[in-house]
Amino acid sequence: MSVMARSSSSRWENYYTPATAAEAVEILQRYDGEARVVGGGTDLLVETRRGLHKPVSAMVDVTHIEGLGEISIEDDCIVIGCGVTHSQIVRDARIIEQGSCLAESCGVIGGPQVRNVGTLAGNVAHALPAGDGTIGLLALGGEVEVTGVDGSRWMPLEDSFKGPGKSFIDRYREVLTRLRFRPTGAGEGSAHHRVMRPQGLCLPIISMGVRVALDQANVINEARISMGPVGPVPHLAEPAMEVLVGGPATETQYAKATEVALQNVELRASKYRATREYRELMVRTFLPAILQRAVERAQRGTS
Amino acid sequence: MKTLRMTLNGNAVELEVNEARYLSEVLRGELGLKGTKIGCNEAECGICTVLVNGTPVSSCVFPAFKAHGAVVETIENLSADGNLHPLQQAFLEQGAVQCGICTPGMIMTAKALIDDKGASLTEDDIRTALKDTYCRCTGYRSIVRAILQAARGEMSDDSSPASTSSPVGKPLPNPNARAKIDGSARFTDDYDFPGMLYARTRRAGVPHARIVSIDTAAARELPGVHAVLTHEDVPGHNRHGLVIDDWPVLCDDKVRYAGDAIAVVAADSEEIAAAAIDLINVQYEELPVVGDALQASEPDAPLVHDGRSEGNLLKHIKVAKGDIEAGFADADVVVDRTYRTQSAEHLFLEPECSIGIPAGYDPGEFGGEVDASAVRGETARHDKTSIYVGSQIPYQDRDQAAAALGVEPDAVRVVATLTGGGFGGKEDITGQIHVALLAEETGRPVKMLYSRQESLLVHPKRHPTVIRMRIGARKDGTLTAVQATLYGDGGAYASLSEKVLTRATTHAAGPYETPNVKIDCFAMYTNNAPSGAFRGFGVTQSCFAVESTMDIVAEELGIDAIELRHKNALDVGRRTSTGQELRESAGLRECIDKVAEEMREQGFRWSWESGDSRFAWGIAVAYKNTGLGGGAADKASAEIEVWRGGENRAEVRISSAEMGQNLPGVLAACAAEELGIPVEKVHVLLGDTDFCPDGGATTASRQSFVSGNAVRLAAEKAAANDEEHVLVRYDYEAPQTRPLGEGGDMHFAFSFGAQAALVEVDMTTGEVHVHKVIAAHDIGRALNPLTLRGQVEGGIVMALGYTLTEHYIQEDGKPWTSLMARYKMPSIEHAPEIESHVVEHAVAAGPFGAKGAGELPSIATSAAITNAIYRATGVRVLSLPVDQDELLRACKAGADTVELGWGNLEPLPDISLGGQI
Repeated sequence: MSVMARSSSSRWENYYTPATAAEAVEILQRYDGEARVVGGGTDLLVETRRGLHKPVSAMVDVTHIEGLGEISIEDDCIVIGCGVTHSQIVRDARIIEQGSCLAESCGVIGGPQVRNVGTLAGNVAHALPAGDGTIGLLALGGEVEVTGVDGSRWMPLEDSFKGPGKSFIDRYREVLTRLRFRPTGAGEGSAHHRVMRPQGLCLPIISMGVRVALDQANVINEARISMGPVGPVPHLAEPAMEVLVGGPATETQYAKATEVALQNVELRASKYRATREYRELMVRTFLPAILQRAVERAQRGTS
Repeated sequence: MKTLRMTLNGNAVELEVNEARYLSEVLRGELGLKGTKIGCNEAECGICTVLVNGTPVSSCVFPAFKAHGAVVETIENLSADGNLHPLQQAFLEQGAVQCGICTPGMIMTAKALIDDKGASLTEDDIRTALKDTYCRCTGYRSIVRAILQAARGEMSDDSSPASTSSPVGKPLPNPNARAKIDGSARFTDDYDFPGMLYARTRRAGVPHARIVSIDTAAARELPGVHAVLTHEDVPGHNRHGLVIDDWPVLCDDKVRYAGDAIAVVAADSEEIAAAAIDLINVQYEELPVVGDALQASEPDAPLVHDGRSEGNLLKHIKVAKGDIEAGFADADVVVDRTYRTQSAEHLFLEPECSIGIPAGYDPGEFGGEVDASAVRGETARHDKTSIYVGSQIPYQDRDQAAAALGVEPDAVRVVATLTGGGFGGKEDITGQIHVALLAEETGRPVKMLYSRQESLLVHPKRHPTVIRMRIGARKDGTLTAVQATLYGDGGAYASLSEKVLTRATTHAAGPYETPNVKIDCFAMYTNNAPSGAFRGFGVTQSCFAVESTMDIVAEELGIDAIELRHKNALDVGRRTSTGQELRESAGLRECIDKVAEEMREQGFRWSWESGDSRFAWGIAVAYKNTGLGGGAADKASAEIEVWRGGENRAEVRISSAEMGQNLPGVLAACAAEELGIPVEKVHVLLGDTDFCPDGGATTASRQSFVSGNAVRLAAEKAAANDEEHVLVRYDYEAPQTRPLGEGGDMHFAFSFGAQAALVEVDMTTGEVHVHKVIAAHDIGRALNPLTLRGQVEGGIVMALGYTLTEHYIQEDGKPWTSLMARYKMPSIEHAPEIESHVVEHAVAAGPFGAKGAGELPSIATSAAITNAIYRATGVRVLSLPVDQDELLRACKAGADTVELGWGNLEPLPDISLGGQI
């Protein structure tokens, strides 16, 4: 033995890089709960080193599946395979234009080395209350494709959240194979903002995404607002969305929607991360700001 | 095991690999490519960066099989043909390499950027790309310069002439830099010895407890375990300590902090050793915890060390001058504030590593031989118990290990390997004694590498302090009195607390002449991690307090903050607060003038608003002793061997630590200057206690002065002897100093500095950005302007981190900061533009006039930044590190102070001046 790892007692014995989703599912089935899916692994493997996950016999790396390392267009949707890294998303011209808030949110994740390896699918499957990529995709109205022994099914992203760090996607038996969203078109725009602190935890104080659609008269006829961490799972601020729909794209409306959003969540203080008051200030400052940015993008018509 | 195929550095490789391995492990282990370094195993620090299909990845959390079929490139590929890549050349020329542990990862990250962007790349691109590749030494500015130079294909400016006679004062690269740049430099973990075992330490995990029993039976029985040692197996003295020997080698009666060592294990692999320490069963009777210095000073506080008549008081340090009451009576304005500073972590990017070799070790017995290139004399003999370690005080490592082994000091040899950053954090013993014990027990080499998480838990930190500071001044700005009370949290063991807090105390009145001074400092034992040496050595803390208070005094008097400082500044003929008259080399006023002039050149305004931001300048000044002082004998011995005739070369031998500060370059220059030979002809051998005389500790900004003089004087003697082959030893003793309280010269030299910081506060978030620092430092003489600039830039950015981002948090003796992910040192995104001016008021006894430079640049920065924040926002920061949450809420509420700082949950109780224990 030579220079070896710190304790690998919590590590796996086999590491698979299947070339098809079916093969991945087959391996998971064979291990019957003793294998789990890994994407980029930038969160999962760090947590595994810390002993935060039950040890498994095998890791099934889904980033080598053919065709799922790409961003494509299918059925008028932008489709993101489970091997697609944050860096790929940040650089993708279509997503920059037609899914701005996803490009922005993936761009603030970790640092370059993490973005070069970490995947959006992994971010979504991790189901943290404020995973930035997840918040971005949630605002866009994203969907996830889950592949298991019974085949594949699509479901709305928000239906995958079970609790903090818990997804309805069973990472011991299923693969989150693809993600998709309807790109923003004419009269539509999206934006994301996150507030972090320079100390201590690499977790957002607040992460928010919005998507709006305007009609010719500058009236908002569609709106989505995602927020986290404001509860156990990424939050869709439906009452605030309702405030916006049917009204003009004005600062007054943004402020009104922000107040409604605040009334419908219970912001909390988290030790060493943020006080409740500070979180509230950040929502009041940045939710109207990103609404304005999304509206400007919608008005430019390009995104 | 499975077959891993990849294209590595241009060659197809195929090898059988354990599927649980990470790429970093395969590169360093199976493939022996030690140029890729490991800093954290958390994907936080970025020093393990390699390129996979041209993209930078953190190889420490990149499973090896993710690279299956990929093209992988490591640092070893860049100069595979023997020529440095332009990026490497630029790093060399710009002095962008100090300790070198981050250098391979930094260069690989930068290479991908240059490959991507080419000549068009901007500083913003660099900040984005290198955001998560950390460097603790350079302050990043030289790295930015190097990358820009390489991207633009620029040749270097004139700075490195090929052959250099008369090298003192010339900007020459560190002689070690080349090996650090091409990946061939070896740190302790890069050494392997035939038959080597791997060791781990069982830590207490609880901050304060009586040990009821330790059962190691199950661990001993684990296959692959060769030895399990507890306190019963320490043959000699079961304590170590640099000042007081109160730190158990392995705990016997009690544990006093969570990082205490209970037992050590040597096994065939790290995995087995790690499994074995978990099998050790320790029964504790938990005791009440002493969580901070103020609690420790309460009369009914639990005792950290039983049976001490002083209780938890480690030392009461006093400075008194004049009549303090009369001084305040004479004042027109009195300002009185209480400050709090946090515990901070050195975060040297190389975690501690030691290798012990048993006396009489024969590598042939294990079917191998020792790599002859490793360290001198290594193949010839390991006839003594030997310890390979990159620490700061080789001779004290040796003496403390010998005491624990129960042998004479010269029965132990310490071989100093390269040190991947120290900053004071590698002065105390960590694994040195343990590996020596295990090597002797097993008869085999034993390596003990701390994980980052263990490093965070174990080694001494910067002292958290509470400082009440009261300053009186007359209307014209003349200071009449400075009184302060400091409580310093020394943690569980003495380490260097007495010395550090003495420095905090003697420097607490700032670099000013004040007729009446009274400072009381209480160094307290607690159940926190020990506090010890950290660049700035206590002065960092008291400078924040005095320089914040001086700004308030200036405001209350309506006097310009620069003018107030200039008026009271120490100068030749003035006396420090310990009564020392400065007779030479006190360039503070010139430093202040230089900084003020630079500020004013730029259409100067103290503060302004722009958009959502407020901008402002803040200023602070500092001084720092060079050398141990206080009556301690400050000695260094150096040997120099000269070969004349055709060779015309020399070797300097001295046992001192190179941590990246360029000690070898400075010593080589001192020798070459005296011998009149080119500096490249001088080889410097540092830190092998069998070959090198004792240069003393690398601490207190003393090496350039003390070891520099030893080498200079040895070389002078050698120069006077014109024989073909000359061997000279010189035992240098620095000018005599006097103990605190006796008056006279407490120190033989002081360095002085002034810094101004331009700060932006984002009024929507409270975020603080430091855009620019103007600095002027009087360090006597710049022996090497290139590497001096590295000390200045690195010191300033390190202090910026202390001010804005860093806090080692402990809750009732349990560290919350248990991961690197919970301790943010400044990244390249934080690094401001730095304009550094050197002021040279030579000190007669210094080598070519030089005095210390290592610590000074990191002292004034904090107050310069917080003073700027005050000018920007009207909110005075009384507690470090600055908390954007608290700052913003204070701004919104119209408050004038913030008192908690990030990481503190409870406000401070009132503390009385004078204090009592």
